[in-house]
Amino acid sequence: MTRFDLIPARDRLPPLAPLLLLFPALLLADPALAQDAAAAAAATAAAAPAPAPNKGDTAWMLTSTALVLLMSVPALALFYGGLVRTKNMLSVLMQVFVVFALISVLWCVYGYSVAFTEGNAFFGGFSRLFLNGTFNPADGSFSMAGTFSKGTPLYELVFVGFQATFAAITCCLILGSIVERIKFSAVLIFMVLWFTFSYLPIAHMVWFFAGPDAYTDAAKVDAVNATAGYIWQMGALDFAGGTVVHINAGVAGLIGAFLVGKRVGYGREALKPHSLTMTMIGASLLWFGWFGFNAGSALEANGSAALAFLNTYLATACAVLSWTFAEWLLKGKPSMLGAASGAVAGLVAITPAAGNVGIPGAFAIGLLAGVICLWGVTGLKRLIRADDSLDVFGVHALGGISGALLTGIFNSPALGGPGSVQDWVKMTSGFPGILAQLLIQAKAVGITLIWTAVVAFVAFKIADLLVGLRVTEEQEREGLDITSHGESAYDY
Amino acid sequence: MKLITAIIRPHKLEDVREALNQAGVSGLTVTEVKGYGRQKGHTELYRGAEYAVDFLPKIRIEAALPDQLVELALEAIVRAARTQKVGDGKIFVTELEQVLRIRTGETGDDAL
Repeated sequence: MTRFDLIPARDRLPPLAPLLLLFPALLLADPALAQDAAAAAAATAAAAPAPAPNKGDTAWMLTSTALVLLMSVPALALFYGGLVRTKNMLSVLMQVFVVFALISVLWCVYGYSVAFTEGNAFFGGFSRLFLNGTFNPADGSFSMAGTFSKGTPLYELVFVGFQATFAAITCCLILGSIVERIKFSAVLIFMVLWFTFSYLPIAHMVWFFAGPDAYTDAAKVDAVNATAGYIWQMGALDFAGGTVVHINAGVAGLIGAFLVGKRVGYGREALKPHSLTMTMIGASLLWFGWFGFNAGSALEANGSAALAFLNTYLATACAVLSWTFAEWLLKGKPSMLGAASGAVAGLVAITPAAGNVGIPGAFAIGLLAGVICLWGVTGLKRLIRADDSLDVFGVHALGGISGALLTGIFNSPALGGPGSVQDWVKMTSGFPGILAQLLIQAKAVGITLIWTAVVAFVAFKIADLLVGLRVTEEQEREGLDITSHGESAYDY
Repeated sequence: MKLITAIIRPHKLEDVREALNQAGVSGLTVTEVKGYGRQKGHTELYRGAEYAVDFLPKIRIEAALPDQLVELALEAIVRAARTQKVGDGKIFVTELEQVLRIRTGETGDDAL
């Protein structure tokens, strides 16, 4: 992301007050209007310094960060926890909680730098190691990151925090495939490796670019484009992480399920959820937090965020209905687990699409995600024959792939979508055509799939060599709560 | 002395307790159990994984009685617990070799 010159921390609002009259225009999604307003603003405030971050944007992004944190702890922990047996509940809570903390710390050490600074098309650099340069104690100034609008900076620290929660939850998602038998030390080793060699490069490839303000004139475009991530340069659309988060984690989870092996008693004994109450609480909190995940990915409190918010709300509700009714039809009873899973499937599928499709797209993606992922956890799961315990592949990978591809279709203005920025100098939008965009999306999906599969395989193998992946059969029978953590989730 | 063990439907507990009290049985031990006989269970479905649940929740009542009370107690339980549908339960009567009251040390019929 581009970084403006350091702006004094005590934001000098009064001199910039005249600009406030033009900000309502800037908040509209229409880039042409934003461009005119920006030009007028520049003329009016010729003597004013570089723009300060908008307080609404800052407030929204800080809030979004907290919302996404909530998605990991406790939402995902409870969603997953409720689905395992009583004797393993605490181990799930522990794995999610600690992995979340681990990845958050690594993000602030080197993760942010490798993902979001300029390097090559696959990895960033180390200029922001330990977040160096984001705050200057000498003069109290903060560095800025770019957004998707010209002249609209975001405190870089805010962007760091926001993205930290994304990295952390992606890693936590993988746990769902390997619960009830994975060794805790193996989890930690795997996560460090996979985070470093899969999450960071894919985040960099899909999301890193120099920011709108780097595109000052047509002559510079090719050079600036070349600094961006490999998949970004392809023109792939991924609003909040269909590829970076869901396909990435879903495929890694499946690899894990294969390498770790099936749970003892799989197929013969009842490995039933012990508390769908907890799962429902988790799913509900996920829905709540996901507004930060998707709408926060607009990076501003603007129309794009509003669109992403509503799409997230609507698609999820549609997916709840389509999964519930499909299950009712096919299996005879509508289930709470189905409804909750439908919600998550909808949330996953709308993630790459959130600010990239219109309302028709939200309806379509939501309704389709419900049935596609229902198949993913039933028919497809039987075909694959791995013990992907909590269906990370069936929901996240399949939902992410569907969502990513459907984004290519419903981004089309003909289908109510907003198109995407084709010219970052003039900030004009366009659409290359459904087939063309679909192809780009498919390539992005394919690259992500292969990259994460390879890295996950190697990472699990290394963890296996170092500490072994599974607990012993006896420990598995007794339950990971007692044997791995010396505690019980429930004392009765 | 006899020990009667009755397996009954959970919602019949209050009726049976009432009936036993009226029959002169003053003490019981109750546990929640699960089991099956001829009564069929049900299937549960979790994301496409079907589980046949054969075990049904039941209540087990144990009461230690002097021989002369057994017939009355059995009649009371049957009357209170019967619904005439499969799953009503069973009663087992076993011989009690010795009974002791912990507080006083009384044994035999005095301990019942």
